Amino acid sequence: MPREFTPKVITANALVQGDVVYFTAQDTWTRDLRHADVLTDEADADLRLLSAQARTGEVVGVYLADMKPGTDGPEPVHFREEFRRTGPSNHFHGKQADIASRT
Amino acid sequence: MYTYSEFDSAFVAARNSQFRAQVERRIDGSLTEDEFKPLRLMNGLYLQLHAYMLRVAIPYGTLNSRQMRKLADIAERWDKGYGHFTTRQNIQYNWPNLADVPDMLDALAEVQMHAIQTSGNTIRNVTADHFAGAAADEVADPRPVAELIRQWSTDHPEFQFLPRKFKVGVTGSPNDRAVTAAHDIGLRIIERDGEIGYQVIVGGGLGRTPMIGKVLADFLPESDLLPYIEAVVSVWNLLGRRDNKFKSRIKITVHEHGIENIRARVAERFAIIKPSFAGIDQEMLAAIRADFAPPAFLTASDEPYNHARQHDPIFRSWADTNLSEHRAPGYAVVSISLKAHGKTPGDASARQMRLMAALAERYGHDELRISHEQNVILPHVHKSHIPSVFAALRAEGLGTANIGLISDIIACPGMDYCALATARSIPIAQEIATRFDELKLEHEIGEMKIKISGCINACGHHHVGHIGILGLDRAGVESYQITLGGDHRADARLGDRTGPGFSADDIVPAIERIVYAYLDLRTGPEETFLAAYQRVGLAPFKAALYQTEAQAYAAE
Ligand code: HEM
Ligand code: SF4
Repeated sequence: MPREFTPKVITANALVQGDVVYFTAQDTWTRDLRHADVLTDEADADLRLLSAQARTGEVVGVYLADMKPGTDGPEPVHFREEFRRTGPSNHFHGKQADIASRT
Repeated sequence: MYTYSEFDSAFVAARNSQFRAQVERRIDGSLTEDEFKPLRLMNGLYLQLHAYMLRVAIPYGTLNSRQMRKLADIAERWDKGYGHFTTRQNIQYNWPNLADVPDMLDALAEVQMHAIQTSGNTIRNVTADHFAGAAADEVADPRPVAELIRQWSTDHPEFQFLPRKFKVGVTGSPNDRAVTAAHDIGLRIIERDGEIGYQVIVGGGLGRTPMIGKVLADFLPESDLLPYIEAVVSVWNLLGRRDNKFKSRIKITVHEHGIENIRARVAERFAIIKPSFAGIDQEMLAAIRADFAPPAFLTASDEPYNHARQHDPIFRSWADTNLSEHRAPGYAVVSISLKAHGKTPGDASARQMRLMAALAERYGHDELRISHEQNVILPHVHKSHIPSVFAALRAEGLGTANIGLISDIIACPGMDYCALATARSIPIAQEIATRFDELKLEHEIGEMKIKISGCINACGHHHVGHIGILGLDRAGVESYQITLGGDHRADARLGDRTGPGFSADDIVPAIERIVYAYLDLRTGPEETFLAAYQRVGLAPFKAALYQTEAQAYAAE
């Protein structure tokens, strides 16, 4: 039996800043996971991944990351994506600081 | 200290302007990432979890105050105000923007520093004993020869595309502080019948297949050293497994071919190479040596030091752990701990870097060292100045009295920064340090080396920690495996695995159980953890680690 396709988002690192970004439904990059497009169809995900990967002047290291639905948008399944979403544990840097400064 | 020749400066400047053009072409899209990646790696620029990371070499860990200040300026201007010192005597900046990196490299070049060969399959930064030129137990200063090797290896055309990275470490003391046994080539300066020579150790390394190096040459005369090393690298360059990344390091080559075979091949190659050196290397070495002449040591009374020791218990406690014996009368080697309890091991803020630079300038003959244990050393401080140095350090959060103790932990960046990590290491180090500080046990425990890596690459040297911790991913959950009895000194030894790993919540209590087991079974405070382990073996520690677990489960 083929494995069931679990929900995913497309993620990468921004070319110039190097920070974590996610692909939106409008084919733009967001720094906030809540605005990422959640892909639930495998064929669609493969196609979107290809088009995201083609944007080599904007991002590097594009891949699909597993997500589960949360109260406030997608939630990472694996702890690695959790750290990518928030930032390091030892300093209030990166995403956590960016998001805090915006809200 | 060594200063760049005109050639060195021109080389670095040319390299930087070349890289600036490459970055521009990457940003404007004329270079793809596939084309650009090898170019950025040649200049020490990685892409990590949250950002780019720039790795800057600090050759043999030696810096002057101007260089340290520049590292601070760079941290402030282009990073987030701090840098991370590593086990290979590098500093890593965790947050640069791609577009700023050429400016950062130019800033480094102003103080004769660079990031060349801090990545890639080349001969990496040559590391050395951080007490070089200062330690009382030293046979000879290892830095001139480290500098010679640096000059020879930088951009060496034959060695730019080796089978894998190649690491050289040098010590000039029988008390090996450079972990030479865990390097591709480890060099130990020894004296035999009044002659200085080198013991050459080959095929050590940590990572996926940890191995302690083997003695390739017992006593090599100084004039043979450089051609001999060239022969070693050249033999491995031919034999090394390029078909399999996991078998490419020289440790595997030595293992597969046997040390005798390698020795014979090296001897053969050496005979061919040696004539081409014709003494030029020795002339260079002599010139380099002049750059490392000891400073003009002061003679002064050490009364202020004795007074502070007698009257200030906080000073005395710090002096007991953080000072080491110097070769010059009236002097001491000061180790500055970058391991304040609860802080990130190896991180220094720009302010702290500037303070250390100022202290080196004022009281330390303008010299600083970075240790492989992620601390900073002021190698030459007269005892009369040490109370002032301590007071200044304390005011900036740098006065922690824990060198060699349980909270003086080596920790790699782990999954908080590193793209290769399988678990975090920094928060575990922070929790362990905080726990034992709260228990007020660390001075009671005495000498204890805990080393943590966030994956099997072993950047945190966990295999040679008295207690080693390796972070793994077990079905999407962080898990920590413990090894015991590792030793990083001259008779290096790899730690023994205790058994199943512990969760992030359980690892600190697990370490605590090991420590209590040690306190129970030691013959007295003079028996260190390592000595006790060597006496009783793994079993009692294993029992302490897992029986309590078993009881806890049974009680649930
Ligand atoms: C965050 C960026 C880093 C990356 C991508 C990285 C990558 C690696 C890799 C792939 C290896 C295994 C090499 C092999 O066995 O062939 C390794 C080993 C090692 N790295 Fe790192 N590392 C990083 C940071 C560090 C840091 C921060 C330190 C020091 C704290 C360090 C010091 C070492 C050491 C000492 C080894 C020992 C294994 C050996 O014998 O080669 N690295 N690193
Ligand atoms: S040991 Fe692993 S996690 Fe730690 S720095 Fe090295 S590669 Fe990264």
